[in-house]
Amino acid sequence: MAFAAFGGGGAGAAVAEPVALKRSWVAIGLLAPGLAYLALFFLAPLVSLVLTSLQIAPEGAGKGEYVQAFNWGNYAEAIASYWPHILRSFGYALIATLAALVIGYPIAYFIGVTARRWPMIQALALTLVIAPFFISFLLRTLAWKQLLGENSWIAQTLHGLGWLPSDQTIVGTPFSVIFGLTYNFLPFMVLPIYTSLERLDRRYLEAGSDLYASPATTFRKVTLPLSMAGVVSGTLLTFIPAAGDYINASQIYLGSPQTAMVGNVIDRTFLESQQYPIAAALSVLLMGIVLVIVAIYVRRSGTEELL
Amino acid sequence: MRRLSLGKWLLPLYVALAVVFLVTPIVQVIIYSFNDSRRNNTIWGGWTLDKWLNVCDQQGVCEAFGTSVAVGVVATLIATVLGTLLAIALGRYRFRGRGSTSLLLFLPMATPEVVLGAGLAAQFLAVGMPKGFWTIVIVHALFCLSFVVVTVKARVASLDPALEEAGRDLYGSGPQVFFRVTLPLLTPGIVAAALLSFALSFDDFIITKFNAGQVTTFPLWIYTKKTPPAEANVIASAIFVLAIVAVVVVQVAAAARRKRLGITR
Amino acid sequence: MAAAGAFAEAGADLELVGIHKRFPGFTAIESLDLTIPAGSFFALLGPSGCGKTTTLRLVAGLEQPTSGRILIGGKDVTDVKPFRRPVNTVFQSYALFPHMTVLENVAFGLRRRRIADPSGKAHEALQLVELDHLAQRKPQQLSGGQQQRVALARAIVNRPALLLLDEPLGALDLKLRRQMQLELKTIQQEVGLTFLHVTHDQEEAMTMADTVAVMNKGEIEQMGSPEELYELPRTVFVANFLGQSNLFTGEVRGDSGEVVVVDVAGVGVAVPKARAQRHRGRVTIGIRPEKLLLHPAAPEPAAGVNVLGPGRVVDVSFSGVSTQYTVAIPGIGDVIVFAQNMVFGPVVNAGAEVWVSWGVEHGFGLADEGPEGDERFADDTSTGSLARQTREELLEELGEA
Repeated sequence: MAFAAFGGGGAGAAVAEPVALKRSWVAIGLLAPGLAYLALFFLAPLVSLVLTSLQIAPEGAGKGEYVQAFNWGNYAEAIASYWPHILRSFGYALIATLAALVIGYPIAYFIGVTARRWPMIQALALTLVIAPFFISFLLRTLAWKQLLGENSWIAQTLHGLGWLPSDQTIVGTPFSVIFGLTYNFLPFMVLPIYTSLERLDRRYLEAGSDLYASPATTFRKVTLPLSMAGVVSGTLLTFIPAAGDYINASQIYLGSPQTAMVGNVIDRTFLESQQYPIAAALSVLLMGIVLVIVAIYVRRSGTEELL
Repeated sequence: MRRLSLGKWLLPLYVALAVVFLVTPIVQVIIYSFNDSRRNNTIWGGWTLDKWLNVCDQQGVCEAFGTSVAVGVVATLIATVLGTLLAIALGRYRFRGRGSTSLLLFLPMATPEVVLGAGLAAQFLAVGMPKGFWTIVIVHALFCLSFVVVTVKARVASLDPALEEAGRDLYGSGPQVFFRVTLPLLTPGIVAAALLSFALSFDDFIITKFNAGQVTTFPLWIYTKKTPPAEANVIASAIFVLAIVAVVVVQVAAAARRKRLGITR
Repeated sequence: MAAAGAFAEAGADLELVGIHKRFPGFTAIESLDLTIPAGSFFALLGPSGCGKTTTLRLVAGLEQPTSGRILIGGKDVTDVKPFRRPVNTVFQSYALFPHMTVLENVAFGLRRRRIADPSGKAHEALQLVELDHLAQRKPQQLSGGQQQRVALARAIVNRPALLLLDEPLGALDLKLRRQMQLELKTIQQEVGLTFLHVTHDQEEAMTMADTVAVMNKGEIEQMGSPEELYELPRTVFVANFLGQSNLFTGEVRGDSGEVVVVDVAGVGVAVPKARAQRHRGRVTIGIRPEKLLLHPAAPEPAAGVNVLGPGRVVDVSFSGVSTQYTVAIPGIGDVIVFAQNMVFGPVVNAGAEVWVSWGVEHGFGLADEGPEGDERFADDTSTGSLARQTREELLEELGEA
């Protein structure tokens, strides 16, 4: 799968040395259509987005009517009105990413290392991990809403045990939103880590134990560093979509107005109230912050070759 | 004593629990596809096969499904062709700007979907293009493109250049070598990329919502019904079962081939 | 035991007592008893699948014996986990950590045991293997020979009571291998550790080790100094695995106090009694090819000399220092003769009629019987051992994968 390739990053990439500057017109021919597509439908829209974020509503304009200007005030307004949503987005995404890492790493380790001797179990576990991909994102989230809902056995049990106050619900809380994000993006975490662990040579672990490292130390000093490329791509593949997601946080799914994330705001301001400049400003902010975080993270973890 | 007891049973137990966690909502979706629901599919009303037998009775669901398939096929075609060309260029040629090209291809993956959706919507708005089937195809092909490049590039990288050299050595012209050697060797990667593209396109909601206009894809249809009727579960369950069966068949076939060839990993 | 604190003072004895190792479906080691004295360079030699690597892994603690005890320096370590054993291994694949520099690799074990000044000691170990100038490189940036030396430094820097070498020279080319063999031997003498070296390369074992144990099918066939094993092999397997041998099987026809005479296709061949394992019945005797002399004419019968012939030279192959002649003798089969190249060109050409002779004192008598007829140089290819071998290789691969 692509996630596997994504997780693979540097390791597999060094095998074939590209042909040096040879017949570069062939390369141009191969590149041109794809790059044109990206320029037209990725770069140009980003420019549109930035331009839109600077638009201003003229006097007496109707809903959704704006003219081009350089109104940086839209950004100030977006931040002033929606800073809690922005903070919430990154907070939820961060917690969900950490939770997915903690839940996902042992799964990836089991499939990639422990289960090596039993290919059937390995294949079965891998299939089950990617199974959520095969069922509609919306339906599986709705299924959780139902499973965690007031009349569900889970809620009833928690009420019965007194762990959940009787006037408290699960759905609609930050917990249920983060729960949904964690669930929905968990396979994105497991797969890249699995690919890097699957390549891990067991002999390194034996060498570790031969050199006086306990299993825990061997894990910390050998296994974890060697699977770092997978951890980095897994956390990125989880964090980026989680930060921009608004299904889980929306009221009709696992959220409530109090859990609205920046995606919910962009959706509402763009598609409902048609405040295009505000929606665009928020989008630019979201993308900017994500890119800065990704750049710092990738640099700090020393896995640039991942790109 | 003999082995690390943690790995012996704690980890498998944990993984078993995690698998239950992963599968629970899927089971829920499948069970409720057999629900004899009247108006609200969140309340259990007993088992029935009606919804499976009369899926298209529910208004709009089969049309939405058809739209999703059509969008998926066209978008996959565009993304796979463009992405494969890019992947070959990146994997086989060294040219000025190769690094920036890679970065440019990584960017769509690092862009939150909502930003991609809003950006394209803003663009279509700016040029006055009406939203509809083709705008959906364009956005889907865009976000699939990067995934195709990554998948196929990995395959290109693992390809031994000596194979192409052998092709040229054996009197193959450039195009002949490409079509008779390179392309067949890349096929598994290209097929994987196409399947992935289709899956991504079929299940996409966020980007689609910004660019669909009046057209309804399957996820959009689910979204418009606040509590989707069991027919949605039927379609999703059928796709799920088909996909799992396909995966299992592929894996069993691969295992059988390995066994026949006597390869033990 | 050696987990924290100081280095081992010197090498320690290794004792294996009644070791059995069964894997699901087959037995890798059949009742193994072995004592390796402290400070010695001991080689376990055998074909792949003979159980030598399993033995090594048992000593390292990477496998558990089905039964039996392992003692290092008199202490029972059978149930001690690998990271607590005073043992280090130079792995066949080197297993250098790819995410650490050479220096970090070498200092790894020292840091785990919290030994003072790990970097300083690591540098010293790298100086010993003459690689200190590459301390900051990553393992992937080194050549095979350099990696091998880093792996060695990483192991000996810990001053283990026992150093295990798992075919560490297998991946190197011939010239480098010779050089590393000498270096390893020198280092062993310098640091005075006990080395246990596993290899399938008989020349390597003979060059390096004080004591060689030849292993076959999970058992030790013969153990001794390299000269002893070569000059006086006890079994057909040893005679063929360690160098080449011409083997003849026949009934003992006479016994004249000092020698036994064996009937080889009607010709009496004498072997010193002291060099023969069995003195009556059907026995297999052997002679090394380089001990044979070629004669273009029938030599005069003389006391203390065995003569076979006439035969016909069917193959002559030149290999530098010597030339190998294959002589087909009717009723006996092919006999191999190595002749040093004292003159330019072969002494005799293919097709020539020749006799072969050797001094009685060079012959040896074996404890078991060799294969009949032409198969005197055959490998051990009985189906049972092949199956076992394949299975163990598969298991090893699985373990590695």
